[in-house]
Amino acid sequence: MDTAYSAEDLAFRDEVRGFFAEAYTPELQKRLRSPDYKNAIEEWQRKLYDQGWVAPNWPAEYGGTGWTATQKYIYETERSLAGIPNVVPFGLVMVANVIMAYGTDEQKSYFLPRILKSEDWWCQGYSEPGSGSDLASLKTKAERDGDDFIINGAKIWTTYAQYADWIFCLVRTDNSGKKQEGITFILIDMKSEGIKVNPIISIDNHHSLNEVEFNNVRVPAKNVVGEVGKGWTVAKALLAHERTGIAGVADVKRAVRVIKEVAAKEENGGQRLIDDPGFQQRLADIEVELMALEFTELRTLATQAAGGFPGPESSLLKIKGTELQQATQEMLMEIAAYYQGVLPIDLDPDALGHAFAPDARRSYMYGRAATIYGGSNEVQKNIIAKYVLGLE
Amino acid sequence: MNFDFTEEQQMVRDSIARFVQDDYDWDTRKAIVASEQGMSPDNWQLFAELGWLSIPFAEEHGGFGGNIVDMSVVMEELGKGLVVEPYFPTVVLFGGLIKRAGNEAQQAEWLPRVIGGEVLGAFAYVERQSRFALHDCQTTATRSGDGYVLNGEKVVVFNGEQANNLVVLARTSGAQSDREGLSLFVVDSAAAGVDMMSYPMMDGQRAANITFKDVALSADALLGEEGAALPVVEAVVDEAIIALAAEAVGIMGVLNAKTLEYTKTREQFGVSISSYQALQHRMVDTMMAYEQSKSLLFKALCEYKQDPAMAAETIHALKVLIDRNGKHIFGEAIQLHGGMGMTDELDIGHYAKRLMMINTTFGDANYHRSRYIETAYAA
Repeated sequence: MDTAYSAEDLAFRDEVRGFFAEAYTPELQKRLRSPDYKNAIEEWQRKLYDQGWVAPNWPAEYGGTGWTATQKYIYETERSLAGIPNVVPFGLVMVANVIMAYGTDEQKSYFLPRILKSEDWWCQGYSEPGSGSDLASLKTKAERDGDDFIINGAKIWTTYAQYADWIFCLVRTDNSGKKQEGITFILIDMKSEGIKVNPIISIDNHHSLNEVEFNNVRVPAKNVVGEVGKGWTVAKALLAHERTGIAGVADVKRAVRVIKEVAAKEENGGQRLIDDPGFQQRLADIEVELMALEFTELRTLATQAAGGFPGPESSLLKIKGTELQQATQEMLMEIAAYYQGVLPIDLDPDALGHAFAPDARRSYMYGRAATIYGGSNEVQKNIIAKYVLGLE
Repeated sequence: MNFDFTEEQQMVRDSIARFVQDDYDWDTRKAIVASEQGMSPDNWQLFAELGWLSIPFAEEHGGFGGNIVDMSVVMEELGKGLVVEPYFPTVVLFGGLIKRAGNEAQQAEWLPRVIGGEVLGAFAYVERQSRFALHDCQTTATRSGDGYVLNGEKVVVFNGEQANNLVVLARTSGAQSDREGLSLFVVDSAAAGVDMMSYPMMDGQRAANITFKDVALSADALLGEEGAALPVVEAVVDEAIIALAAEAVGIMGVLNAKTLEYTKTREQFGVSISSYQALQHRMVDTMMAYEQSKSLLFKALCEYKQDPAMAAETIHALKVLIDRNGKHIFGEAIQLHGGMGMTDELDIGHYAKRLMMINTTFGDANYHRSRYIETAYAA
């Protein structure tokens, strides 16, 4: 029972802090909020790659950092407190973990280095118009044709498909058995003929989501990861990874800090909002839950330190983490008051006032998705009920 | 004991509901929001012809002579259709201020034009530092000859862009947060020295930051007694809060109905998701939140109709409950619609955003909870 940092840990923390302070430039920060987002985030990931830090969770043999659990925790905390966005997870976190666990040597040697260097942009083809929470009911069809599969169907809510070089997909290769059987995990080149990306503007008035149509798309069978028909096992492992990342404890910590900063500048007839008892009580409630969640996450990390995929208890992190994210986003909107509704994000901040408001709106609105994606929180509760509590 | 609406109120309700159903479908509204003006002048003329713009004004000015219940019926129905035409800024705020603060000549000058749809108005009261404190006012109007000179800035002025005329809250004497020394002025938005930065809001409406630089005002621009505007503004704001609550109740009802309908048709795991008890209970909760909101609105209406002073505590309570229940209801509506609820295409998110703007207008739940405590727990 000990979480104190050693002298080495503290030195490591200073090193991380120093690197972020120098590398995460104001110019880069500005571009990350601009239409140049794709280039900017890739540039940032390459900086991390050059530093050797782009994949803290990969085993060292594939180019990971070989950090201890404590070092990973320190790194994530510092990243978040510096306001630095996470790496785009679809390649570096999601498909990379699947390829490492289930991929062929050829897949590993081709894709992993490219992912590490941000040479390919990945997106995730799981949900379909008719298959959201009930993911196993997916209908996108893959039919064998010689050395290839022919893909037909549609995926939806595909984040940044408009930028993607590759999509990893769950497709149906067999209709005869249980619906979980007959699903295959396959990698598809987005430049293939027959793929169409239709933009979906989301509630934050931003284009990050898409529908991806597949019309007789020919994909080499060697792009299947794991066995044909065993995609559900692969998918479940990946979703567990998605869930732990979703807790975002360090990001919520930073949000609390930002809330305190802006609420100290906001006044109601001479009284600072941060001194308002009602406001303080609600913020304190968030902090109390957050303190507990941080240690729930640490306990999960500690039991997983031996390696392997996280288990169903990661659902708890997802539920509590997303609830806290939304609670902090809501408070920031509340601080913005009338300004919360301002739609344009590129107005002169001096002329507008409350420069944080348009970003607060975007985070709050898009933040509604956090309890829906990665398996909705209702589905997470079903997972806990079934696999943790043993309820049928 | 009677919570029925009069026949006349039912007719107004039906007429707005018919307009929303026949002439204000989702695509039409979207096109209006995207248009340069952000509203439809044709619709505004129609509202005038149908008498909706005349509801709160006296018959001698061509008004309907309606009370707070009549007003709430209109607002609830406009809320259901997410109507973006600036009824609230023009009729409730601009018209409400002229009605309460204006002298006979000013009422005769402005009210018939509001009723006839010739004037679009706005109330400029928020400042960067003011948040919800109406009396925190740095904008000044200084006496100059027979008139005044106006200087300062107002922010997030609803309908500021389209308004031909503004009622501006300005300080004629006293310090920044004094309750005394505030005055109201009618200002032509095209006057020299008035400068605007307009922007769309998330609820489809338009707002503007407006600066006043040495704007010359004649003596008759003064609305009401110099230095004594705050009580009048507070009275209009009380009425406006009830009107907004009625709009919110309309929106909550639509969100619940749409969500219930969606869960019946959306199938996952081979059954409609409405068959899950966990989700059924959540829809029961949102239904209760709607009914409770409506009940408190009715209490405020009954009290206010009898004597506005009676409703003081209830109005604070109403703002708290509408905020809390509104968030609860739109949160569940988005969540139960899943990915679809996250799209700009579906109307659910737009209803949510209007509720959010209603919540913050004239003070959110946190603010009104404090005001309630001050009012109700006063020794």
